[in-house]
Amino acid sequence: MSKFKSKKGRGSAAINTSSLPDIIFILLFFFMVSTTMREVTVRVQQKMPEATEIQKLERKSLVSFIYIGEPKNIKMFGTNARIQLNDVFADVDDISEFIAQEREARDEADRNLLTTSLKVDGRTKMGVVTDVKQELRKVGAFKINYSTRKKVER
Amino acid sequence: MAKKATPEINAGSMADIAFLLLIFFLVTTTMDVDTGIMRKLPPPVENPDEDVDVNQRNVLKVLLNSRNALMVDGRRMDISLLKDKTKDFMAIHLDNPDYPEVTTRFIEELGKEVPASKGLISLKNDRGTSYDMYIQVQNELARAFNEMKDEKSVELFGLKYKALIDKNKIKAINKIVPVRVSEAEPEDIGGN
Repeated sequence: MSKFKSKKGRGSAAINTSSLPDIIFILLFFFMVSTTMREVTVRVQQKMPEATEIQKLERKSLVSFIYIGEPKNIKMFGTNARIQLNDVFADVDDISEFIAQEREARDEADRNLLTTSLKVDGRTKMGVVTDVKQELRKVGAFKINYSTRKKVER
Repeated sequence: MAKKATPEINAGSMADIAFLLLIFFLVTTTMDVDTGIMRKLPPPVENPDEDVDVNQRNVLKVLLNSRNALMVDGRRMDISLLKDKTKDFMAIHLDNPDYPEVTTRFIEELGKEVPASKGLISLKNDRGTSYDMYIQVQNELARAFNEMKDEKSVELFGLKYKALIDKNKIKAINKIVPVRVSEAEPEDIGGN
């Protein structure tokens, strides 16, 4: 009956963990390279509509974002769709100033290449979006991009 | 003076430090790639009252109401049919009064004239239309034009539009199949 041997004195050898930091560092570098820093805290709900005919946004440094949607904090801001520029809620009238600021921050040669990406929640009504688009036309920011997710084929 | 051997530095906490850094980056960064439908807005009109004279047969009216219903050319239509309708409308139909007029346009890259439809898609939405529906319609229109580009590209160069590398060829296709979608001036109808 040697099946039940006493386990005394046969403790398993410790696993060598000296390469653990290296593995973690590789993971770390992977994330550092493949992700981008979050620049603004989005305060509106963002459930983008899906589309198939999408293009990737090239040259992210030349893109300014306008977020539109229902505020996340309904108790404080209500359920009406709001526009968010940078970190704060804004009105339609603030857009011209926002675009002027964005242009100012860019190199002079790149200014007319500036794209405005509209990140709009799918449930938003078009009224707000139309107002924003009219305002963008007025200030001459003609290149726009309706931000959408890629539709998953089922 | 005997030199003391330097004691080995304990590297056991290295993993913990790396973990902390890793978690910091996981929290503060995002991975999403920004994708979307590119569009170009028209410059603002100077005289809003002045109507641009466009022949009615050249325009395909696409209307979206506040209940997200779609009307094309005066008739209700399901969104699944919009792509084919657009393609059919924008295709070249010589001497057919039901379709837009056809002119010829000189394409420098090819060195010859090609027939070009004078058709135009006019998209109009209500203030109450949901953004989701609007994007679906924009997507279908973009799909129609992309498919037309693909067909033309295969016909001329034997390659799909996306597979073209030569810049001149891409330009030529873009000139032969221009994306002619116009958005009407908004009107205040319907509610929020």
